[in-house]
Amino acid sequence: MTRLARWETLLAALLVALFAIGIATSDVFLRGSNFSLIASSTMEKAVMALPMTLIIIGGEIDLSVASTAGLASAVVGKSWEAGWPLWLCLVTALVVGAACGLLNGLLVTRLGLPSLVVTLGTLALYRGLASVLLADSAISNFPAGFTRFGFGKIGGTGIPWTLLVFLPLFVIFAVLLHATWIGRQLYATGTNPEAARFSAVRVANLKLGLFVISGVLAALAGIMYTARVSSSRADNAIGFELDVIAAVLLGGVSIFGGRGTLFGVLLSLAAIATLRNILALNSSNAELQSIAVGSLLILSVLGPNLVRRLRGAQPGRLAGSRSARMAEAGD
Amino acid sequence: MTTLQPSAQSRSARLAAVAGSGQFLRLLARIREAGLLIALAAIVVIVTVQAPRFLQISNLRQILLSVSILAIVAVGQTLVVLTRNVDLSVASSVGLVAYVVRDLLRDHPDIGIPAAIAAGLLIGALLGAINGALVTIGGVPAIVATLGTLYVYRGVVFAIGGGELITASEVPQGFRDIALSRPWGIPTPIIVAAAVALVFAYLLRSTRFGRELYAVGSSPEAARLVGLSVGRRVFTAFVLCGLLCGLAGVLWGARFGSIDARAATGIELQVIAAVVLGGVNIFGGSGTVLGAVLGAILLGTIQNALIILRLNQFWLQAISGAAILLAVTADALITRRVRRSLVVRLRR
Amino acid sequence: MRVAFVFGWQMSRKIEGTMSSPVISGATAHPSPASSPAPAAEVIGVAKSFGAVQALRAVDLTLYPGETHALLGENGAGKSTLVKILAGIHLPDEGEIRISGQAVTLRSPLEARAHGIAVIHQHPTLFPDLDVAENIFMGRQPRGRFGQIDWSAMRAEVDRLLAPLGVGFDSSTPVQGLAIADQQLVEIAKALSLDARILIMDEPTASLSAREVERLFAIVRRLRDHGVAILFVSHRLEEVFALADRITIFRDGARVITAPASDLTLEATIQHMVGRQLQTLFPKEPAEIGDVVLRVEQLTRAGVFHDVSFELRRGEILGLFGLIGAGRTEVARVLFGVDRADSGTIHLDGKQVSLTSPAVALQLGIGYVPEDRHRQGLLLPFPIASNVTLPILPRLSRLGIVNRPKERDLAAEFARRLQVKAAGVEQAVAALSGGNQQKVVLAKWLAANPRVLILDEPTRGIDIGTKAEVHHLISRLAVQGLAILLISSELPEILGMADRVLVMHEGRITGIFDRDEADQERIMYAATGQARIPA
Repeated sequence: MTRLARWETLLAALLVALFAIGIATSDVFLRGSNFSLIASSTMEKAVMALPMTLIIIGGEIDLSVASTAGLASAVVGKSWEAGWPLWLCLVTALVVGAACGLLNGLLVTRLGLPSLVVTLGTLALYRGLASVLLADSAISNFPAGFTRFGFGKIGGTGIPWTLLVFLPLFVIFAVLLHATWIGRQLYATGTNPEAARFSAVRVANLKLGLFVISGVLAALAGIMYTARVSSSRADNAIGFELDVIAAVLLGGVSIFGGRGTLFGVLLSLAAIATLRNILALNSSNAELQSIAVGSLLILSVLGPNLVRRLRGAQPGRLAGSRSARMAEAGD
Repeated sequence: MTTLQPSAQSRSARLAAVAGSGQFLRLLARIREAGLLIALAAIVVIVTVQAPRFLQISNLRQILLSVSILAIVAVGQTLVVLTRNVDLSVASSVGLVAYVVRDLLRDHPDIGIPAAIAAGLLIGALLGAINGALVTIGGVPAIVATLGTLYVYRGVVFAIGGGELITASEVPQGFRDIALSRPWGIPTPIIVAAAVALVFAYLLRSTRFGRELYAVGSSPEAARLVGLSVGRRVFTAFVLCGLLCGLAGVLWGARFGSIDARAATGIELQVIAAVVLGGVNIFGGSGTVLGAVLGAILLGTIQNALIILRLNQFWLQAISGAAILLAVTADALITRRVRRSLVVRLRR
Repeated sequence: MRVAFVFGWQMSRKIEGTMSSPVISGATAHPSPASSPAPAAEVIGVAKSFGAVQALRAVDLTLYPGETHALLGENGAGKSTLVKILAGIHLPDEGEIRISGQAVTLRSPLEARAHGIAVIHQHPTLFPDLDVAENIFMGRQPRGRFGQIDWSAMRAEVDRLLAPLGVGFDSSTPVQGLAIADQQLVEIAKALSLDARILIMDEPTASLSAREVERLFAIVRRLRDHGVAILFVSHRLEEVFALADRITIFRDGARVITAPASDLTLEATIQHMVGRQLQTLFPKEPAEIGDVVLRVEQLTRAGVFHDVSFELRRGEILGLFGLIGAGRTEVARVLFGVDRADSGTIHLDGKQVSLTSPAVALQLGIGYVPEDRHRQGLLLPFPIASNVTLPILPRLSRLGIVNRPKERDLAAEFARRLQVKAAGVEQAVAALSGGNQQKVVLAKWLAANPRVLILDEPTRGIDIGTKAEVHHLISRLAVQGLAILLISSELPEILGMADRVLVMHEGRITGIFDRDEADQERIMYAATGQARIPA
């Protein structure tokens, strides 16, 4: 816990530093319009990051979120084109998202397949289905109300509507993870699934539920993306899964499960968005951002590892496994 | 106070059954390759009936050509996956090398084509070494490390090239010929891919290094017990994978008309699909180069068939995904059934 | 590498030689230890402790070339610790190991191998995906002129090594799918190819059938006759007497006796193993034994245990004794819904129940304190409070939100009742001693308020003082009306605590004894699958 507390302090400091750099290097940085740009372009990933945080803490991973979002976007477009009322289009997209998550969850919990492989497969599958639905066409004749939800601001405040979607969700997830018994069972599952099961935790049901929620929220993110770019295309939100996972891991969530907080993930989302924004404001080459994000992702795991290695240098790997074996001493 | 001992006869029957199941497992490895060939044959027959030109030499050549680069990377990925790791950064490595080699030849045509190729291979190996070091020395799980370098390597291409396009006419024709020439009527990339497959099939089959990759992936604990350095084998696998990405990058750079910093984006999924489809166990320890190459050829054939039949070729990605899921599900179900029946038989 | 290869070949030749002139088994045709000039291995004053547990106290052991030496003792006597020290897995805290008279330090399995020590564990560590030949020669495969592996030479060599072993597989069989007995033979073939001088086998027969044991012993005898020193650990006394030239018995981490097998009787051996007098350490208070709570009928899990039937009453402590691999924990896992039975029924309060998961078992009032505290019992990085309340957290919540003060109070209450020594209930469990960790596991299940409590080795690896506390607690729980199934490998614990004793051997119940007819010998005979001694 103390390690995490320190990690979040570090992230907060990073965020402050980034703000200072932003203010120093660009006079546009502090403007409200820039803030709403940062915020609205981050919201889809932020929404996907919520269930992703829970899934990784529970010891699994979902690589298919961006593809699910893409498929949901395609479903919205296709059903709208077919003349369905907008609300029905959106509900259908959410249901499709739930189905995507359900398939992931069933393969992982019922067949015992590794979530990494399963969701790598469905990453291709769901994106492929989106491509099949839309080919390389785009559907963009959405009603103005829908697209205003995507990039519009609340009154003259500069606060994007989508932030109003994210914030309540964040609160719900934070309460779920940090205050309820479900959250506690999730940490227990990620820490030691066997001990959790022996403590009457229904591990499989818990994971299945999480994958379904992940699918629904990915679909919601897909809807938000569709509204923001006012267009339904097969490659919407492509590659977002990497940004989402990078943000979650940088937020201090352990890839091996059992550790991390949503507050850390929030900070890391803000830091990555700010970093991308500063790079975009200062450089014509927006793709430089990916170097920064990739490096941060590696450093978030490598850093603590190296520190640990330098501190407790000598015993080495074999000794480590020895002390683990010692624990089961006796005959 | 009774201890029921099964008769000696039932025991010898059981022994025979166990030996039989060993045969069965051995057969299973062959089955995967045979299954791929059967699937391939089925597709060929079905498509040829609908569109006879599918079976023309020119079309078969086209299929193999389109598969060749993918197959080279799939061989590299196989090495890594055998050791219980994965390299998600292959597409970025291929793209980086493809772009840099072209960039180099455009700006400094006088360094010569062999030097440019060597540079490409070297860069590839270096990228692989970075991945390997992060995993073995840094202790970063392969999936996280290579997810990170997937971003970073791609970012580096953009840093070098910006949004700039390098067209075919800007590089020497000699370089383009690496991909476009056809000795004995066979496109060079096919020859290169076949050579790579043969060399690495031999390496994995007939050298201590190759066998040790299997050992490390099959049981790291047992590998340490017999004194193998797990980290060193894993590192080498990553470097070789990088090297093959470098080779694939050179071919990519030579083959396609115009290239920008987005070259080869996303092919890591097709590569992993080919490897998993080819029967390489994602948890390491088993699989062959032949299987991975067959997996790549199957995917390429499906793609070609979609085009020939004028079907929606956007199905390809969905099919790759479904193929991955089918392959791992089948593996899991078969393994589970075999294990369970073995346990019952053994302990009764 | 090449050298080892040639040696292996010679070794196998020697064996082939003996095949043609059959060796008579038994304790006759081999040099007597006294006349052997140099010991193959000497263990001198070796001590080892794990935390507070002293696993070995200054033990001595000498192994001569050409002898089979059995190492006996109850579970926890320190046999496996000594084997692990000789295998290079653990380093001794004190004392010395000598190989052929030279003092050595065995820092790794590889170093042990370099000194000619081969170890065959109960569960061999092999490469499941590779075939038998590669498992034997990994890292030192014979190579041809261009450095390529010479598969045909390797296969031929392995088949030569395997031929005299009379196995049902060959060099190209994948190890995955081989029976454990066959995997052990692969390890033996590896030892042969390495020309090992010292062969150590840790419970090699635990998962073998009688026929497989015979085959193994025939091979071991041939090795002995070629001067290999053999140390083996076993729980099956009849096998020990069939094979061993000399016997060493450990008890509580110390050596009790080393003697030629011909000087020891079965009775004397058992007495040396259990040794100690019954202590007053196990104070079972008289409890009122009530109605049947749990009834198990013909419970069977194929290949694991068969036809297990018993009744457990309110206020009763039912002891379940057996040696490693007898199937006790496996029965407990089914009773707690972790595994499913293939047939048989479980009744709670006369009603048949279907235990599909631990969560269901908890709802029905069954608690289980598992054998492996660290893997199954506790979340080590979690605080005491979260560990104690995890199973009943939904009951401590309103609208899903955990009532933290209530949680803390409840945990503190149980920590106090069980006298957990800790800075507070927010302290991480990982920082506690083994005994206190076990109290936390107990607190967890007491807080869940079960009717049936299954305790699997509840006092393993904890110090004497805490042990007494735990025994007192178990006794009090029975007085309060809990039905307790006590699984233990410690005879004194079973004899002191249990109202009735159930004994298992190889997956079957081989004895049920009332408190007044249960004694060490009777139980030990049932547990080792012997016929009952004449009264």
